[in-house]
Parts: sequence; C-alpha cells; structure tokens
Amino acid sequence: MLAKRIIPCLDIKDGRTVKGVNFVDLRDAGDPVELAEIYSREGADELVFLDISATEQKRKTLADLVFRVAEKVNIPFTVGGGISSVEDVDVLLQNGADKVSINSSAVKNPQLINDLVAKFGSQCIVVAIDAKQIEGKWVVHLVGGKVPTELDLFAWAKEVEKRGAGEILFTSMDNDGTKDGFANAALARLSTELNIPIIASGGAGNMQHFTDTFIKGKADAALAASVFHFKEIKIKDLKEELQENKIPVRI
Amino acid sequence: MKIVIINYGAGNIQSIKFAIKRLGCEAVLSRDVEEIRRADKVIFPGVGEASSAMNKLKASGLDKIIPELKQPVLGICLGMQLMCNSSEEGNTQGLGIFDVDVIKFSKKVKVPQIGWNQISNLTSDLFNEVNENEHIYLVHSYYAPVCKETIAKADYELSYSAALQKNNFYGTQFHPEKSSVVGERILKNFLDL
Repeated sequence: MLAKRIIPCLDIKDGRTVKGVNFVDLRDAGDPVELAEIYSREGADELVFLDISATEQKRKTLADLVFRVAEKVNIPFTVGGGISSVEDVDVLLQNGADKVSINSSAVKNPQLINDLVAKFGSQCIVVAIDAKQIEGKWVVHLVGGKVPTELDLFAWAKEVEKRGAGEILFTSMDNDGTKDGFANAALARLSTELNIPIIASGGAGNMQHFTDTFIKGKADAALAASVFHFKEIKIKDLKEELQENKIPVRI
Repeated sequence: MKIVIINYGAGNIQSIKFAIKRLGCEAVLSRDVEEIRRADKVIFPGVGEASSAMNKLKASGLDKIIPELKQPVLGICLGMQLMCNSSEEGNTQGLGIFDVDVIKFSKKVKVPQIGWNQISNLTSDLFNEVNENEHIYLVHSYYAPVCKETIAKADYELSYSAALQKNNFYGTQFHPEKSSVVGERILKNFLDL
C-alpha cells in the first residue's frame, strides 16, 4: 500500500540552514547536508529545501548544495525558492534534485508549468501554493503570504493540475506558525476535487495534527519544519503513532 | 568492474551515479556504443515522457544496441518501461525485451503515484536479502501489468509489476537509488550478479 509521507522542510540561505536547529549530535548546525543525512536516517520519506537567499550567486550556491545533498542522501528531495525558468530547473535536476517546486513564478507566468512539464515530465514539477482566508474565501498569496493575488485557491489548484504539475504543496498562511494543526477542510477539498497528490503544510504542532491531516485533510504527505528541527516531534515516534492510528507509513 | 550508465539525455542520472559510489563502486556515463558493449553492468535510466525519451534513444542508435546486450542490464523507471513492447504514453513502441504493454493508471487513483509503496512476491536474485513488503520509492503514471516476467509486485489501483526480469535484462519501476537502505541492497545485488 502507498504510504503517507512525512517531509521535513529546511530553509536555506547562502547554502546554510537558517532556522535555529536544535540537534545536539550535529557537528555543524548550519550544514544542510549533515541535517539531511540525519533526517534520512531517522525515517523521513522525503526532504524539501527552500532557498530564501537573495544574492547574485544564489543560483550557483543552490546548485552546489543540491549536488552535495544528492551525493550523500538516499531518499528523494525537492528544491524550491526563486526558481523561475527552464534553465534554472535544468541545472538543479542535473545536479541531482528529484523534484523542484515553483510558486510565484507560476502565478506570474502559468505557461512555465506547461514548459517545465513538457521538458522534464510531471513527476518532478511541484507547484507550491500559499493561501489564506479573506472574508471566508481562500486567496492565493505571494512572497511568503505578504502579497495577495486575485486567484482563488481551488481554481488556481485546478489550473495547476490541468497544466500538468505532478503535485501540489499547499501552505495555509492562516495555520503556518500557529502549531494549531493543518488547514484540513481546505486540504480535504483540494484532495477530493483534484487527482494529483497534495502535500499539507503549515500548522504542525503535535503528532495528532499529522493523524488529523491524513484522515480529515485526506493529505498524501505532510510537511513541517520547526517541530522536527527543535525535536518536539521525532519522526520515528510520529510514524509509530500514525501506524497505531491505522495510517499506512514506511517504518 | 566496469559499470556504465547509459547517458541519452533522459533523466536524473547523477543520483544513480552517487548511489553506486555510496556502494564503493564507480560508474561512468556514456552513450558510446563500444563502451556500453564492453561494460560488465549496464544501467538504463529514464525519467520524463516515453516517446521523447525513445526518440532520443533512436537518434543515438542505442535502441538497436540495448536488446543485444549480453551482460546484466538494469532499466530504472522509464528505462524499464521502454524495455517493454510498448507504452500508452505518446503511443510509443518500446524495445520489446519484456513482453508486456505499459498502460496508464485510471482516474480511480491519484496520478502520478508518488511515494513509498511495498514490493511483494519477490522472485529474483535482485531481491536477495530483501524482505517481502519492504517500501521502495516510485513516481509514475504508467505501469506494466503483471506478466510472466514479473519478479516483484506492488499494489496501486491493482496489482502490477514493480520489477521485471528476462534472462540478463532487469527492470525496476521504482528508483533503487532513492529507496534508502532497501534500494541500496537491490542495487548491490544487481552489481553482484
């Protein structure tokens, strides 16, 4: 049976992990490769690297990082953050990334999704969508949730699927950082109305939240950052609890 | 031992190269016919769309060479699918090594299938010391139905071929290079053939 996936997300700036990471056994807390190896050993199913640096050398630094991660890590990983062209994606995939995620660039130029899918295939194109509720409507936002667009979450998600994306990473800005759980009602609607996998993101605070997003939110995968980085939740414990709750996981 | 990864412009071959390196071996990327023929082990990767990958293979003449190889050959993901008779994707004629036609999952399930599924009914040296129902990583929209060359099955909508074998030709729908320690064991088994 296909397992539900647990995905730690690492924020990267200038080739280093950003968010304070609380791993006593880590020699270099800022080294994404070492952190990736630890997560891989602890049972993470996939990793996401989100590059938030804004320097001119950003592309090369990210490509170098991808190469070093691919060298060491034996599970799939996705790279996102500022990717805006076919050339960007080509370099990252050639360096060993399994998937790339695009966000603002897809909103600004939806044809980019078609172009990437035509060249690299659906399986490696993830479209990330950030949204929050405004007067009861889910509105897609850019720049980490700061800038609202005119797009409705569900309409945009359907367009993304139609243009060939292989997966959607949905972050609820209303839930992100709250540790109150994922946006399960919106997730369940996405999962029901679309026919591609949906990754839930934003709001993980405890293990029950993961159970809830897989059952109530019908999510195919769940992504989180701080609960893993600060060891509030150990992936091994999480998977054991999910298994007890009859959710298929890889142990 | 000389390990060649066929480099025909389709797929994430860096990951396979790294996975082999983690096993303490070296693989070279090549599209050179003689170099491929002389190799002890040949890996035939592939991601992306079937008909364009097949066109690239034909353009380099490798479509004629691969079916004649005598050493162990491992097709991975789209590589495995191209070793079949045909693929519904882009109405592609395959290399005809495995006597099965690749078809698309229906809309009863999410397509592509992405993630970790289990392999069972393991019947090949490729799975030495691999337990039944271990998880492996796959990403695919098309599949090879169960046939006489099936050496591992997975379930998604229905039971289908997770791996195929005919004589010296092996194919895995999953990515051993991305399937953690289980995948490493399977790759090692292939290199030990």
